[in-house]
Amino acid sequence: MPSVTVVAPGLLTTVQDRGRWGWQAHGVPVAGPMDPWAHRLANALVGNVPDSAALEITYEGPDVRFDDARWVAVTGADFDVTVDGCPVPAETPAAVAPGSVLRFGALHRGARAYLAIAGGITVPPVLGSRSTHMDSRMGGLEGRALRAGDCLPLGDVPTVQAPRGRGVAPSGRQRATGATAWATLRVIAGPEPARFESGVLAALESSTYRVESSSNRMGLRLAGPRLSVLDPADRLSEATPMGTLQVPASGQPILLMADRPTTGGYPVLATVASADIGVAAQLRPGDAVRFVPVSLEEALAALIAIERPLMRLAPGAMR
Amino acid sequence: MGDAAFRVEYAARLDTTTNAVVRALAAAVTAAGLPGVRDVVPTAHAVAVYFDPLRTDYEALVERVEREAASAETATAANASLPDVDPIAVPVCYGGEFGPDLAAVAAFAGLDAADVVALHSGPTYRVFMLGFVPGFAYLGAVDARIAVPRLATPRVRVPAGAVGIAGAQTGIYPGAGPGGWQIVGRTPVAPFDLTRAEPFLFQVGDCVRFYPVSAADFAGRGDGTWCRR
Repeated sequence: MPSVTVVAPGLLTTVQDRGRWGWQAHGVPVAGPMDPWAHRLANALVGNVPDSAALEITYEGPDVRFDDARWVAVTGADFDVTVDGCPVPAETPAAVAPGSVLRFGALHRGARAYLAIAGGITVPPVLGSRSTHMDSRMGGLEGRALRAGDCLPLGDVPTVQAPRGRGVAPSGRQRATGATAWATLRVIAGPEPARFESGVLAALESSTYRVESSSNRMGLRLAGPRLSVLDPADRLSEATPMGTLQVPASGQPILLMADRPTTGGYPVLATVASADIGVAAQLRPGDAVRFVPVSLEEALAALIAIERPLMRLAPGAMR
Repeated sequence: MGDAAFRVEYAARLDTTTNAVVRALAAAVTAAGLPGVRDVVPTAHAVAVYFDPLRTDYEALVERVEREAASAETATAANASLPDVDPIAVPVCYGGEFGPDLAAVAAFAGLDAADVVALHSGPTYRVFMLGFVPGFAYLGAVDARIAVPRLATPRVRVPAGAVGIAGAQTGIYPGAGPGGWQIVGRTPVAPFDLTRAEPFLFQVGDCVRFYPVSAADFAGRGDGTWCRR
């Protein structure tokens, strides 16, 4: 079976498809990419179906060696990437030959990149998904981050031909990737305003929070002005979508991300709009983040705006 | 809950009738296979519906789920109580190294440790929801005398099989990890095991009973086959 071999693993490199949907009722976290938009773009660029498994690369990239000729694409955080020493532009399909080594170099912007490989990474699915959830030791390769020497099986591609999206990097991508060390995230307020002091949303909007170094795939821990919780008492747990902004008794919010538990009992102040989840995913420790409340309609319009380039690239990418 | 999920919520309490409505609603929405719906997540008193905002007519989805909720409420009211199911019997070795918080729970209750064991292993509990980590079942309701709050500072590591209490809820930690529930014992039973034909020991709505075993009995009972139903 054709494969890709990990020569050097990088800091935290995991296999991720679109996530382990359908098992949250059994307590199984969704996992999946932190930046779903960049993950879909990478797959679309090499002609993969959107649910194909790709590599998520964090802060420091891996070196990988290919068995056979393939198309690959790198999206998300802005790394220097080379194939056999030649620079490869971001968000553009690149060809690799048998024995080629793809190397990630310096990181200039953002936190997380995606490497999609034509045919996809075909590790065995667990509960219907190839996504790695490290805390559950589930999915990906043995439920863990990649190590040097790991060998990942790849799916067949019918012919080695230029993928549909070749050279068609989407224009008008209105997304910060953390380069400026700050981001504004649109949030939808609620659903538990009664658990907070009145005016807490205005306080959130006028404050700047800093991303703590303890942040990870489960969530971004934020430090800044205290958000007053009226009702910190034990409560029955509620479902926790990606982007949930929960506030423990400390008043320091936590933004729940891909590896979040399925449910949680802390008061929820707001939820980050789907359009801005990928922006949050690209924040690094020390970066500043602000929040601006929007309506459901505004959130949907923002999502459609960032989806347009993806739709032009691969009409099937939405599905 | 943002632009990709909403929930139908009932009064926030551990109540078997509410939970029956929640289960019926979650089952109906799941069975309907509605376009764009990605996941349906029942909790003790609410059902969260996750959807892909780009593939979903939000108003139509909410309206459909509200209709299903009305049906679930009517059907549950007609049946009044949940159908009786045989309890899953789970062995627990209480106290000692297996139950580091048993003494604290006894002190909270003003009772002997043996009384706490009797109160915890006495009732038949209901699985109100699964969540937090794979296979973690929230069981209730715990006798009010031993309904201790969570630890002020959660433990960094709780072993797999630890049996804890948090307020009116009790449960088994399926795998080792951080945890804030007060640990009264440990079971060799694995609530979640991907190598089993049925990875999840508990389903929402199941009945569960604990029975005390000695430390000597603990070791030989890990395969789950002896779980009396």
